[in-house]
Amino acid sequence: MSQDTINQIIDKGYKHGFVTDIETETIPCGLNEDVVRLISQKKNEPEFLLNFRLKAYRHWLTMTEPTWAHLHHPPIDYQAISYYAAPKSKKDAPKSLDEVDPELLRTYEKLGIPLKEQEMLAGVAVDAVFDSVSVATTFKGKLKELGIIFCSFSEAVHEHPELIEQYLGSVVPYSDNYFATLNSAVFSDGSFVYIPKGVKCPMELSTYFRINAANTGQFERTLIIAEEDSYVSYLEGCTAPMRDENQLHAAVVELVALKNASIKYSTVQNWYPGDKDGKGGIYNFVTKRGECRDDNAKISWTQIETGSAITWKYPSVILRGDNSVGEFYSVALTNNLQQADTGTKMIHLGKNTTSTIISKGIAAGRSQNAYRGLVKIAKNAENARNFTQCDSLLMGDKCGAHTFPYIESKNKSAKLEHEATTSKISDEQLFYLRQRGLSVEDSVSMIVNGFCKQVLRKLPMEFAVEAQKLLGISLEGSVG
Amino acid sequence: MLKIENLHVNVDDKNILKGVDLVVKPGEVHAIMGPNGSGKSTLSNVIAGKEGYDVTQGDIILDDQSLLELTPEERAALGVFLSFQYPVEIPGVNNIYLLKAALNAKRKIQGLEEMDAFEFLQLVKEKMQALKMDEDFLYRDVNSGFSGGEKKRNEILQMTLLEPKLAILDETDSGLDIDALKIVADGINQLRSPDRSIILVTHYQRLLDYVQPDYVHVFNKGKIQKSGDKNLALELEQSGYNTIETK
Repeated sequence: MSQDTINQIIDKGYKHGFVTDIETETIPCGLNEDVVRLISQKKNEPEFLLNFRLKAYRHWLTMTEPTWAHLHHPPIDYQAISYYAAPKSKKDAPKSLDEVDPELLRTYEKLGIPLKEQEMLAGVAVDAVFDSVSVATTFKGKLKELGIIFCSFSEAVHEHPELIEQYLGSVVPYSDNYFATLNSAVFSDGSFVYIPKGVKCPMELSTYFRINAANTGQFERTLIIAEEDSYVSYLEGCTAPMRDENQLHAAVVELVALKNASIKYSTVQNWYPGDKDGKGGIYNFVTKRGECRDDNAKISWTQIETGSAITWKYPSVILRGDNSVGEFYSVALTNNLQQADTGTKMIHLGKNTTSTIISKGIAAGRSQNAYRGLVKIAKNAENARNFTQCDSLLMGDKCGAHTFPYIESKNKSAKLEHEATTSKISDEQLFYLRQRGLSVEDSVSMIVNGFCKQVLRKLPMEFAVEAQKLLGISLEGSVG
Repeated sequence: MLKIENLHVNVDDKNILKGVDLVVKPGEVHAIMGPNGSGKSTLSNVIAGKEGYDVTQGDIILDDQSLLELTPEERAALGVFLSFQYPVEIPGVNNIYLLKAALNAKRKIQGLEEMDAFEFLQLVKEKMQALKMDEDFLYRDVNSGFSGGEKKRNEILQMTLLEPKLAILDETDSGLDIDALKIVADGINQLRSPDRSIILVTHYQRLLDYVQPDYVHVFNKGKIQKSGDKNLALELEQSGYNTIETK
């Protein structure tokens, strides 16, 4: 695209401020410095943010895609992607639910999702009137009283630029890795949370409440800051499989926990995994990292990963403050041709820091499921402790489970434990449950949920129930 | 009524059952005895529909319906219950969760509503008292870390909840001390009823001291070699299986 065309587009002006009118605003595919500037200008961003994006973009040009993960996919053509707001083309969207993959609809029904929401999730070209708008409004009022900021990332850029400038890239630097750097250059939108000193957020913050409000797109950016003595529990995602025509997703999530603060971040990731032959699934390359920046801080990640054709994701914790605590509880389930390479990094810098890693990998079909984890104990991290447990469950004989634990300890006082098991769902277990009258599906679901119990019980209650159902549904047809 | 007709079963191309005939009427308790490897457990598993058993001849009929083409869960729905010789551990699954799922699966087939949590808890506690089981049984993982006696009692508990039409107890007495044996026998006796058939598969006579069978069958080399009343069991206890074999 020529500079003139870009300028023409920019010059059109924005009567809705920085909110994009998705029906008319499109820019052609491809990535160059002008596109990065255009994104920033369209969003009416302050200069520091443009500079952040440009630094990232220029750095990205010097990088190459990582190849160390246990993943295989055709090369991604970064010039074939549209980098602005990922507008949904209504022309290509299904006109009604009749045109949507019946498999997907069946899953929605099993999850008990109302028709309106089904249309929205399946990307049907209708103007979804969404009931939660009013809910979200009352919800926001309540948070405001407490001084809690919970809004879209773009909104935060305009309302609280000083917080963004201070914290953006402070946990995941713009140069961190190929996908995080790409995200830093072109991120579209995401969530921003700020919990003031001494405030315990009284409700679970969920992106679900704004799912209709923001089209966060493929390059999502989330930043959560918990000031001294504060607490927040944040839920991300949705159990319903979400369709998206953008195949590449590269999100960045940064968490900052200050002194005595605690952040609990729960994810249910169920992006479209592709069909039985792996066609059309999402590539999910995500960088999630939290920093316990001061003493006695705590960051806990819980994730249920059942979606995407490819999952590349290592929610990590930098344990900088003394006595700080990092936790990672994960269930990663792959079926058909899905591939997951996921795990965590626990970086112990402070004294008496502790971390816990519980990872449950379930592989079915012809899928590949890898746990990759790093526990690093720095020289000054006296009395650091880590406990790691990695369990893999295999279903059938065409899938693979892999465990890649890395340990680097530079301090002799460290205590590190690692346990790993690999098991199969046994015919004996299945026969036992079926003899008691349970269907094959229910039997598998029960065994898998039992296997994942340690992780599921870390989820907020309402999420846990849905996640249990989801695990069963994701494995349908994988046995017998 | 259970009717087994000329049943031949292969496992890995090896002929294990070689023509079993057996009729168990409602209200009757049949004991099947016999030496190790005689095919007793195979018979139990085949009736319940376990995979890996190849029926080459004959039929298994429950109330005029052949079971052979049915899945294990379909057979369970018809009222077939197998108390396992080695109850299987299901890590991470609370016992109460399995009990409730099993009962509700059955209720669903009967066209009944699912039982709510409160009602279910009342019912299961009542059944547990009869088996002298502690409440904490409910919240432990299915059979995980259970002692031998606890596992068997748990099987009986499931049976009393599901109230099957045909109950097959595979070596339920093995691994039980005398107190546990009495409790388990008590549970079985409570389940005796005019519309229920019970098959006790056992190696030893001692369970039969507490549960009086109507018939005793001696299994050997894949066949019923001799049938009689409870006195046959006593006879066996005294003279051993060898005497039967040579007859």
